[in-house]
Amino acid sequence: MKKLMLSTAGLLGALPAMAQEVLAEAAPVMDKGDVSWMMISCVLVLFMTLPGLALFYGGLVRSKNMLSILMQTTIIACLMMVAWVVYGYSVTFGGSTSPLWGGTAKLFLAGVTADSMAATFSAGYVIPEYLFIVFQMTFAAITPALIIGAFAERVKFSAVLLFSLIWATFSYFPIAHMVWDANGYLFAKGAIDFAGGTVVHINAGIAALVGCLVIGKRVGHGRENMAPHSMVMTMIGASMLWVGWFGFNVGSNLEANGGATLAMINTFIATAAATLAWSALEGLQRGKASMLGAASGMVAGLVAITPACGTVGPMGAIVLGAIAALVCYVFVTVVKNKLKYDDSLDVFGIHGVGGIIGAVLTGVFSAGSLGGVKGDDYAMGAQMWIQIEGVLITIVWSGVVSFIAYKLVDMTIGLRVDTDTERQGLDLTSHGEQAYHG
Amino acid sequence: MKMIIAAIKPYKLDEVRAALTAIGVRGMMVSEIKGFGTQSGHTEIYRGAEYAVNFVPKMRLEIVVADGLAETVVDTITQTARTGRIGDGKIFVMDVEKALRVRTGEIDDDAL
Repeated sequence: MKKLMLSTAGLLGALPAMAQEVLAEAAPVMDKGDVSWMMISCVLVLFMTLPGLALFYGGLVRSKNMLSILMQTTIIACLMMVAWVVYGYSVTFGGSTSPLWGGTAKLFLAGVTADSMAATFSAGYVIPEYLFIVFQMTFAAITPALIIGAFAERVKFSAVLLFSLIWATFSYFPIAHMVWDANGYLFAKGAIDFAGGTVVHINAGIAALVGCLVIGKRVGHGRENMAPHSMVMTMIGASMLWVGWFGFNVGSNLEANGGATLAMINTFIATAAATLAWSALEGLQRGKASMLGAASGMVAGLVAITPACGTVGPMGAIVLGAIAALVCYVFVTVVKNKLKYDDSLDVFGIHGVGGIIGAVLTGVFSAGSLGGVKGDDYAMGAQMWIQIEGVLITIVWSGVVSFIAYKLVDMTIGLRVDTDTERQGLDLTSHGEQAYHG
Repeated sequence: MKMIIAAIKPYKLDEVRAALTAIGVRGMMVSEIKGFGTQSGHTEIYRGAEYAVNFVPKMRLEIVVADGLAETVVDTITQTARTGRIGDGKIFVMDVEKALRVRTGEIDDDAL
């Protein structure tokens, strides 16, 4: 999802000499097929968040906290949309040559009109800049909403919103710039993150882990029944995530072409393989394959294929999806319980761990010999090191920013509700409503 | 008059109702309850988190009949609701002092 603003003069230099004078003046092409597909992609990514993610998470909490999850997801998404156009887009893609941020040139979308164009991956083809802004906006909207699963059922509503804004400003925007902007530090190094494995999933997964460690366990964790209140909602939400993820992964191609269809088939296949792998392992280990297991495998597969979907082949996607599911399974069922922290909805265990597996294996399965698109000159070892470097930078950056952001919020408005409020449930105490009556 | 209170497996409700209607029972009260007896619940596992569900769902029937019918009702419920496995339920019988039909004011056996 690289970003290069075009100047007409620069583009003309790259064009082959034309026999006819009139063709030499040809402007970059805006293909209406690309534009249509990208507009649909934007709406699909919105659908991932609202209601997909909201229902997926909502079903996993107790019924007394259902609305708090729906509200946090909704308001975070809206807050990030406004923040994105006011300053987020500029500090991420504002055109600065800094490897760390995009500068202030496009605050309030200064200078952007319906005629402004943004580059795609094909020379000479552009899409409207408004479209690029909106597509990226939907990514900024979902990423902080992913984090809330880690500290679900025990945080103040205002604290969630303040944290999201600080974290997005100092972790999401800079990392998005580093990975996706042509001047970004990791982009320049050649890190492959097609649709946001590091920027979105590892970034959010680490913030989630730090969050549940700073905030602490839910009251009664490990003693009381905290079973999900609706596996039905969770299945609906997970499936909506899968549908919306085609906007996320395939839209990241920025054009409707062969590369887009590669991302599409991979997003299907890796997810199917991951769902099968999780269910099979659970069935073999426990004798019963659960709906939550299938939904978890689905999300793990989607997360893992995100960075890889543009460069691996379908057979590589099967293996990548299955490995990610197996590692996440062991992580959330065994490792987490041993470490005894309360990542309520396994944001780190699935998005963080799945994202790391996906980012590293992208370096492996992009190789032509393993079905990927990279040619004979592809150095797998070197690429894996670049991938790992990207992962480590994201872990450290997001970890530090998150920790400071949580502490700041805790010192100002306080992160956590009191014990009585937590027992009563956040729906009534934070929102004055109940999800279900009778 | 006797009141028979029975806790039975939920899926046995329709069968028990049909059997009781067949022997002349003309009404009953039914509620969904949870409880435990010999059957002490089950375990649910969500991504490795195990929760003991200590109370299992049952249907509670309350049936008031004339003294002469009480034993037949108890036998009928027993035969219909029995699967032979733990969790089939319990039946309790107690005396009822008075019964009254709200619409007509009829009392005792006439009110049943």
